[in-house]
Amino acid sequence: MSNEKDWPLWEIFIQSKRGLDHKHVGSVHAADAQMAIENARDVYTRRNEGNSIWAVLAENLHASKPEDQGAFFDPADDKVYRHPTFYVMPKEAKYI
Amino acid sequence: MMESNQETLFQQKVDAEQKIEPKDWMPAEYRKNLIRQISQHGHSEIVGMLPEGNWITRAPSLRRKTVLLAKVQDEAGHGLYLYSAAETLGIGRDELVDQLLSGKAKYSSIFNYPTITWADMGAVGWLVDGAAIMNQVMLCRTSYGPYARAMVRICKEESFHQRQGYEIMNVLSHGSPEQKAMAQDALDRWWWPSLMMFGPSDKDSPHSVQSMKWKIKRQSNDELRQIFIDRTVQQAEVLGLKIPDPKLKWNEGTQHYDWGEIDWAEFFDVIKGNGPCNKERLTARQKAHADGAWVREAALAYAEKKAKKKAA
Ligand SMILES: [Fe+2]
Ligand SMILES: [Fe+2]
Repeated sequence: MSNEKDWPLWEIFIQSKRGLDHKHVGSVHAADAQMAIENARDVYTRRNEGNSIWAVLAENLHASKPEDQGAFFDPADDKVYRHPTFYVMPKEAKYI
Repeated sequence: MMESNQETLFQQKVDAEQKIEPKDWMPAEYRKNLIRQISQHGHSEIVGMLPEGNWITRAPSLRRKTVLLAKVQDEAGHGLYLYSAAETLGIGRDELVDQLLSGKAKYSSIFNYPTITWADMGAVGWLVDGAAIMNQVMLCRTSYGPYARAMVRICKEESFHQRQGYEIMNVLSHGSPEQKAMAQDALDRWWWPSLMMFGPSDKDSPHSVQSMKWKIKRQSNDELRQIFIDRTVQQAEVLGLKIPDPKLKWNEGTQHYDWGEIDWAEFFDVIKGNGPCNKERLTARQKAHADGAWVREAALAYAEKKAKKKAA
């Protein structure tokens, strides 16, 4: 049984409602994309949790490295002027 | 970075209740422990389908049959959520399945007991799922992200499992004298094995200390077992059934029930493989896997052929 080739691994993303983001929920094994989507339906949406399913071959998914998390996200750290609260508004001005 | 330094940072993260994610550095023992625990948990869901699957064709009504089928399907889903979480730690699905089929990996001993009457479907849902829920609610706060998320998903689905079981017990225990006797008999047989589900007593559970430090576990075996007993006694009273423990007694001082002694010899014997159904369960899984081999091969061959055609 161990020399048998395993079905590839697919990462599954589900949109729970129209208009929302697709969210990662887990993975399934499947021979092809169609089967991955059908398996994901049976595994992750037995109670109407899904409106749309994305299946991505796990080997095609790339991720940032956690060990340089600090340095990697550093450029965003010291730019408070990207937030609206950075700016001084006159009290009299409305709707701004 | 030096190993010990990494380990300190890791522990700080855990102490600060930050989840550990798949690509984070983690001690080799933490990884090993988690793979063992998550895969055991997954195998329990998969093998756990067998004692209940046994009654699907013989359920007493269409309603009961539909419900039981849905419950068993959920357990299959739970097994898959857990395998998926285990795979994020670097072990393959084929390896996980091999470990189960070769007998190398363990699964919860409770599933090595037979389900001989319909009332067992009631007792299993009420007590076995009930005990599993206690453990799983705790694990929703476990330190490993993918495991915690799988648990949240599972917990949402479990409460119907326990309620359908309790409903069966309620109908039987308020039915004919024969039905009530059947319900009592099921409680008599499932009570002690259900208490064993929480694992060895804290004083005999050496792995627990490390698991608590790493926040894999958040409550001890004995703590969870006591909460389960405290809750279940009242539920048995509502059914008018008697819990098979002559020492069971409310303790005003501790505000908990005192209770008897688990037969630990039986517990370890079943773990070792000498339970009433160990062989039957493993054989059933091996057969299912072997019987499905041609399907797995054919699907893969078909997918490869389709991919080639598309590329040409
Ligand atoms: Fe389950
Ligand atoms: Fe369940």
